[in-house]
Amino acid sequence: MNGRAIRIGLGVLVLALMLAALYMVFVVVPTEADQGIVQRIFYFHVPCAWVAFASFALVAVAGIFYLWLGDQVWDDMGYAAAEVGTIFCGLVLITGSIWAKPIWGAWWTWDSRLTTTLILFLLYCGYLMLRSMAGDSEQGARFGAVVGIVAAIDVPIVIVSVRLWRTIHPAVLVTRQGGHGLEDPRMVATLLVALAAFTALFIWILCLRFVTLRMRTRLRTLAGSLAMAELADQP
Amino acid sequence: MDNLGYLFAAYTIIFVVIFGYVLFIWRRQAALEAELQSLESRLASLDSNANPSRTGGARQS
Repeated sequence: MNGRAIRIGLGVLVLALMLAALYMVFVVVPTEADQGIVQRIFYFHVPCAWVAFASFALVAVAGIFYLWLGDQVWDDMGYAAAEVGTIFCGLVLITGSIWAKPIWGAWWTWDSRLTTTLILFLLYCGYLMLRSMAGDSEQGARFGAVVGIVAAIDVPIVIVSVRLWRTIHPAVLVTRQGGHGLEDPRMVATLLVALAAFTALFIWILCLRFVTLRMRTRLRTLAGSLAMAELADQP
Repeated sequence: MDNLGYLFAAYTIIFVVIFGYVLFIWRRQAALEAELQSLESRLASLDSNANPSRTGGARQS
């Protein structure tokens, strides 16, 4: 089975899981008593955050391996994960803001969870800007690896922020009293299906982006070989 | 059914952004693939000019 077939198969799996998640969100799950229909944003908001956190953890791991082994594969992996993570972190901020408006009465508040998530987003925007400005240089890849590792420190801070500081952001998955805040088993099932769909989506998009970056690396190598060959070909 | 607009907006943005990003990757991949093929063929023709015995010459003998 070649890489293209795996990517197509994964794409079909993503589509099926996404349709199942949408069915669960809009048909199966009961409407939450306090917040009403807008609470259903939660079922895609949390998986977006999960994908962003997983991506940033992968950026850090890839950064460590790149600095250790110096293999371009790890740099490409880190770059791909950073891009995917930044997009999903942006989606977390946007969907959170849309959810906050009817519930809190404001698009944005400088709450600890929101602020640390915004910092995380800006850190990885900085990573992408650095990579973009540094071009294809080895130094840019090394700096990127260091920034990716340091920025990942904010991920656990975002996760524990609702426990560390006073906040209005709900702690649903693990409440401050312990246990989870989803009172209906259908809510738990819907969240699990959505998490599975977004995990498959994350792997699929990461594969696509990684392959693109590998192609770019191969293109660079070939362009170098071509320049050498043309030089040698001149009389 | 209050706040249905917010729910619709959130889900629409998620799908538009993801679809747009996947489309961007696909287009970039197609462009890179074309560029790679052109470079590989140029490299192959240069290689055959420099070493005729390894390509056409070898087959004729």
